Amino acid sequence: MSLHNKNLTELSDELKNKNVSSVELTQHFLDRIETFDGDLNSFVTVTADHALAQAKQADDAIAKGEAGPLTGIPLAQKDIFCTEDIKTSCGSKMLDNFISPYNATVVEKFNAAGAVMLGKLNMDEFAMGSSNETSFYGPVSNPWNTNCVPGGSSGGSAASVAARLAPASTGTDTGGSIRQPASLCGITGLKPTYGRVSRYGMIAFASSLDQAGPITQTAEDAGLMLNAMAGFDPKDSTSVEKDVPDYTANLGNDLKGLKIGLPKEYFGEGLDSEVGDVINTSIEQYKKLGAEIVDIELPNSGLSVPAYYVVAPAECSSNLSRFDGVRFGYRCDDPKDLEDLYKRSRSEGFGPEVKRRIMIGTYALSSGYYDAYYLKAQKVRQLISDDFKQAFKKVDVIMGPTAPNVAFNKGERSDDPIAMYLSDIYTIATNLAGLPGMSVPAGFANKLPVGLQIIGNYFDESRLLNVAHQYQKNTDWHTQMPENYR
Amino acid sequence: MEWEIVIGLEIHTQLATKSKIFSGASTAYGAVPNTQACAVDLGLPGVLPVLNKEAVTMAIKFGLAIGAEVSRHSIFARKNYFYPDLPKGYQISQMDDPIVGVGSIEIELEDGKTKTIGVTRAHLEEDAGKSLHEDYQGMTGIDLNRAGTPLLEIVSEPDMRSAKEAVAYMKKIHSLVRYLEISDGNMQEGSFRCDANVSVRPKGQKEFGTRAELKNINSFKFVEKAINLEVERQIDVIESGGKVVQETRLYDADKHETRSMRSKEEAMDYRYFPDPDLLPVEVSEKDIDEIAKTLPELPAVKQARFEKELGMSRYDASILTADKDLADYFEKATETSGPKESGRAKLAANWVIGDLSGRLNKEDKTISTSPITAEMLGGMIKRLAENAITSKMAKEVFDAMWNGEGDADTIIEKRGLKPADSGEVEKIIDEILANNPEQVEQFKAGKGKVLGFFVGQAMKVSKGKADPAQVNKLLTEKLK
Repeated sequence: MSLHNKNLTELSDELKNKNVSSVELTQHFLDRIETFDGDLNSFVTVTADHALAQAKQADDAIAKGEAGPLTGIPLAQKDIFCTEDIKTSCGSKMLDNFISPYNATVVEKFNAAGAVMLGKLNMDEFAMGSSNETSFYGPVSNPWNTNCVPGGSSGGSAASVAARLAPASTGTDTGGSIRQPASLCGITGLKPTYGRVSRYGMIAFASSLDQAGPITQTAEDAGLMLNAMAGFDPKDSTSVEKDVPDYTANLGNDLKGLKIGLPKEYFGEGLDSEVGDVINTSIEQYKKLGAEIVDIELPNSGLSVPAYYVVAPAECSSNLSRFDGVRFGYRCDDPKDLEDLYKRSRSEGFGPEVKRRIMIGTYALSSGYYDAYYLKAQKVRQLISDDFKQAFKKVDVIMGPTAPNVAFNKGERSDDPIAMYLSDIYTIATNLAGLPGMSVPAGFANKLPVGLQIIGNYFDESRLLNVAHQYQKNTDWHTQMPENYR
Repeated sequence: MEWEIVIGLEIHTQLATKSKIFSGASTAYGAVPNTQACAVDLGLPGVLPVLNKEAVTMAIKFGLAIGAEVSRHSIFARKNYFYPDLPKGYQISQMDDPIVGVGSIEIELEDGKTKTIGVTRAHLEEDAGKSLHEDYQGMTGIDLNRAGTPLLEIVSEPDMRSAKEAVAYMKKIHSLVRYLEISDGNMQEGSFRCDANVSVRPKGQKEFGTRAELKNINSFKFVEKAINLEVERQIDVIESGGKVVQETRLYDADKHETRSMRSKEEAMDYRYFPDPDLLPVEVSEKDIDEIAKTLPELPAVKQARFEKELGMSRYDASILTADKDLADYFEKATETSGPKESGRAKLAANWVIGDLSGRLNKEDKTISTSPITAEMLGGMIKRLAENAITSKMAKEVFDAMWNGEGDADTIIEKRGLKPADSGEVEKIIDEILANNPEQVEQFKAGKGKVLGFFVGQAMKVSKGKADPAQVNKLLTEKLK
C-alpha cells in the first residue's frame, strides 16, 4: 500500500518503526501536490523547502528516540493561521502580500509536536463562504467530482485530505466551515468546544464563533491532532483553562446504552431525501452497536441561520476594520487623501462576499438598529443554547446530517447568497451554542459523499471521537478514496 | 440677562501600569516612534487582547477613593471608527457596565465653602497612537508607542458652575490619582487631559442649555481659558438672537479661540458592542477588600489630620495636602525637625509653602527635583527651632543648601553661624539707646512704633546675629 493510502495513525507507526523517513514521506506528499494540485487548487502556498527542513529535524528526533505521535508527519495549515515568514493570505487579495512576523499558537503547537508543514491551504476569503468560491486564489475542486465545490470555508483543507495530498490538515469553523467541507469531501472533521483551541494567530472572522479543529481521515487521527492543538493559551482570553485529556484514550469504549438524540428539526423540509436515507442507515448502524435512539426537539433551530447572519457579520465588520491599507496588506495606488485610501484599499482589497457581510454587520450594529438586530440575535443565541442544554439532559450525543445536500456544482449558488447560507443550516447552531461537533463519512448520494454530524456536550470531544471511532471500526466509508487520486 | 454656566468634565488619566492594558509592551514615555508597539498594539491579523489586571486594580482604587460602587461584573466594548493612529479600527473601551459607578468628590470654593461634585462613572479604555503631521511633507507619520496605554476616563456630572470650579475639580482629581499612585498625572506628556462639556442657561431655568464639547485640553490654565471663552461665545450667540448648536469644538491655545470640529449631525456612530475577545471582568468582594487595604491616606483625610494633629490652619493644610509629593516632603521635614511640637510643624509649613515653593517655582523645579531634600530642610528647621541660628541665618543656610553646600549643620559649622549671646546683645542695645535719646523720649511719650526702629538698629549692628525675639525682650525691659 502506498504511503498516501495510510492514515495519520498508520503513518505515525511507519515513522516510528523507521519503515520510512519523514523526509521521504514529506517528499512523497510534495510530489503528489505537484502532480494533482494544479486541478484541485487546494494550496495557496506550498512550502517545500520549509517542509523538508522540518522533516530532516524530525528524522533527527526520531533517530534520537525523541519522537511523539506527530513527529515527522506532514500536515497542511488552512491559510487563516499566521505563519512566521510565510505568506498568510486568508484567501484574500487584501493579504496577498502579508507575511506574518509571528506564528499562530496552533502553528507553534504543531511545531512543538514535530509536525511538518507542507503549505498553506486555500479557503473562502476570510473564511466567509460555504463553497470555497470566494477565495481570491480561485475555487477549489472537489476530488470526488471536480465540477463540484468542496464546501467551505475550509475547502482547501478538506479537498487536500480527500485527495491525500496531505494526511491531515487544520481548518476553522465559524458556522460549519470544518464540518460542511468534511461532509462534502467524504472525510472526518471536528469542531471542538469554543475555547478548547487557542484563537491566537488565527485571523478572526467572528470572534465569538470561530474555533479551529482537525480535518482528517479518521476519528483516531482527529484525536491525535486535537491532542496537539487543544489547551489553554494565556494569549487568548477566551481559551478555557481546562486540562487536556488524551483524546485517543476512550476510542475503544463500546457504545452500549449510548443515548443518541435525533432532532426532528434536522430531518424535515430542505433535507435531500437521498442524504436523509444515508443518515438513517448510519443511525441503524449505531443501533446495531447498542445505542438507544431518542427523539428530541431543538425548537429554536429554525432561528439559527438568521441569528448567525446578524452576529457573525456584526463581529466581522469590526474585526476586518484593521485592514485599512495603513500598516499592512493591500493599499490602493496613489490615494488622494485619507478617505480615498480607506475607500479604495478596502473596495479593491476585499471581495464581494466579504463586503456584503461587512455591510450587513455595520448595519446591524448601527445606532437605532442595534437592539432590533444584534441584541435580539444574542437573545436568540441564548434560546438556542438552552435548547441544547435541555436536550443533553436526555441524550449523550445528537446526530443528524452535516449538510442538507451533497456537493453542488461550482457556480450553482454563487449568485444566491441565501441558498448558499442554507448549506450550513445544521451546523450553525452548534457554533452559536459553542458546542463541539463532528462530521463523519456515512455513505454516498449521487456518487458524492454524505457526512453524519455528531454533536456533543461542552468539552465532550472524547466521547464524540469515541462514538465516531466505533462507527468507523464497523464501516468503511472513511476509507473510500476518490478514484483519480488513489 | 443673568446667565448660569453648566460644566461637566471627562478626564482621561493615563494609568501608571508598566505594560499596556491589552499587551505586554512597555508604556514608558518618549521612546523612538513605534519601538514600543508589539504585534497586539499594531493590530496585526490574528492577535488578541489580554487584560492587564493591574489596570483593573488601579481603576478599583480610584472607585474606592471617591466612594463609588465598583462593578462586580464589567464589560469591555468596541468603539468602532477609522483613524490611522487607531490600529484595529476600533478602540477597546467600556460602554454599559463600566468598572466604576456613581461616586463623588469635594472641592473647595473660593469663599472657603466646599461643594460636592458628582462622578457619573469611570471606565477603562486603551489610548490611541499619535498622528504626526509635521516633518513629513504633506504626509502623516504614525507613532503607535502610545497605542494601548491604559486610560481611566472619569466622567463628572454637570455639577460645576464656573471655570474656576471646573479647575478646582480637575485639580482634585489630579491630586487624587497622584495620591493613589495610579497615574503620574504628567500633563505635558498627555497623561492627564480632559474634555469639557459647556452650556449656559438663563439663571433660574431648570433645563440645561445646548452644550458644546471642548476636546483635549491638557492644562489647568487652558481649561479655565477655554471654558471662559466658550461661555462668552455661547452667550454672544444667544444674545444676538442665535442658537447654540450641539457640536464638538477644539480649543486653540495659540489663537485663543474655540472652533468647531464637527456638529451633532456629523457625529460618528461608534457602533459599540461587547468585545467578544475579552471575558467580562469579575470582581469579588474579597478582591475589593484587599485593594481597599492598600489605599494610602487620602488627601481629605490627611488635611483633616494636619489640622487636628499639627494645629495647622485649614489653608496651610489644604495647600500642603494638594500634592502627595509635597505632603510627603512636608511630613518628612517635620519629622526630621524634631518632636511633634506645634511650633516646628508650623515652621516647616511656612518654609515649605513659602521659601521652598517660591524657589522651586522660580527655577522651574518640582518638589521631587528639589535640590534641598526634606531631611535637609528638617535639619535646618531643627536648628532654627533650637535657636541655634536666627531666622536671618536660616535664609543664608537655605540658600547655601540650595546651592549644594551640604546640609544645615555642615553649613552652620563651616560659616561659623551663631546667634549673638545675651551679653553681646545687651551691650549693643545699651549703645543704641545711648546714641538715640530722641527716640527713647518718643517711646516714653507713648509712641510704641519706635520699638521697631530699635530692633532694626540692633539687627543691623549685630549683622543679623542677634535673635529678634531676644532683642525685643531686652528692649522692652530696658525701656520700662
